[in-house]
Amino acid sequence: MARTAIRRGLTWEVASVIDLVDETSRVRSLVLDVPDWPGHLPGQHLDVRLTAEDGYQTERSYSIATPADGRRVTISVERIVDGEVSPYLADELRVGDKLELRGPIGGYFVWTPGDERPLLLVGGGSGIVPLMAMLRARIAAASDVPVRLLVSARSVDEIIYGAELESIANANSGVEIIRTLTRSQPSGWTGYARRVDQAMLAEIAWPAGRQPRAFACGPTGFVETVASGLVALGHDPGTIRTERFGPTGG
Amino acid sequence: MADDAHLDGNAIGGLLIEIFGQEMTDALGCCAHCGDKNQVGALIVYRGGPGDVVRCPSCETVLIVATRLPAGPRIYFSSLRWLQPAS
Repeated sequence: MARTAIRRGLTWEVASVIDLVDETSRVRSLVLDVPDWPGHLPGQHLDVRLTAEDGYQTERSYSIATPADGRRVTISVERIVDGEVSPYLADELRVGDKLELRGPIGGYFVWTPGDERPLLLVGGGSGIVPLMAMLRARIAAASDVPVRLLVSARSVDEIIYGAELESIANANSGVEIIRTLTRSQPSGWTGYARRVDQAMLAEIAWPAGRQPRAFACGPTGFVETVASGLVALGHDPGTIRTERFGPTGG
Repeated sequence: MADDAHLDGNAIGGLLIEIFGQEMTDALGCCAHCGDKNQVGALIVYRGGPGDVVRCPSCETVLIVATRLPAGPRIYFSSLRWLQPAS
């Protein structure tokens, strides 16, 4: 489905904002209605284009946060201070506004529902967004693929989709959510309290012998720590997919 | 390579579709310098200059530079020996 859709090339389309959800103090989800959306796979992204009154245009890529759902597509935008695009999307945009976008894009960092291998998802900060699409797709498909999601955030308030992650873990025996808080922890915190490292990966990763698939998304250093750590644990590099968020000017 | 400045081939997925007319981040490419084969999504991308400089993750040789000109997107081929779309 998605490939057929992709082969038409990419055209800019006008989407409408149908809902806005504040996920954390810095992240807002945009629920969009895209009339000709061809569907997508979990992990894919889209490009957003803004045009100023003087004609100046700029583009940014945003991961899609939800599985395919007809014309409805959700992205989650982290507000980057002094950014060119994200402050507009996260602060100024209102329900009913129009937004130019194109997609879906991506064939490398995608999880295909139906893949039965155990899934390890590792997200740093807003790197959780495409992983959430994978997790939500796994739930929507009522798949019994075992999933472990390791999410790293600065504080508990900065875990994007925090409440939903908790209810997913409670309602699905095959899903484990592991949290690490790198800057501040609430009293009585029982999760990890440091940056993701080799020892943590050794504790939470599926044994390499189970031939798991791993997806890691986040800042460059974070992603490289995860990828090299999994390889050191014996994981086949070909089963590890990475996507780096860099200093893109937001 | 463990700097915090680079992205990866996923970041040029849209531009590659503009040029090739189909998804290319899962295409396989071969480095002409070291012979390493990687999917485009796994290549290292440095952004910030006039173009995205795409390097081999094994030997760091510049494979291609992807840029956007007023007339449209353009790729400069440096050391990409071959590129094969996913079947």
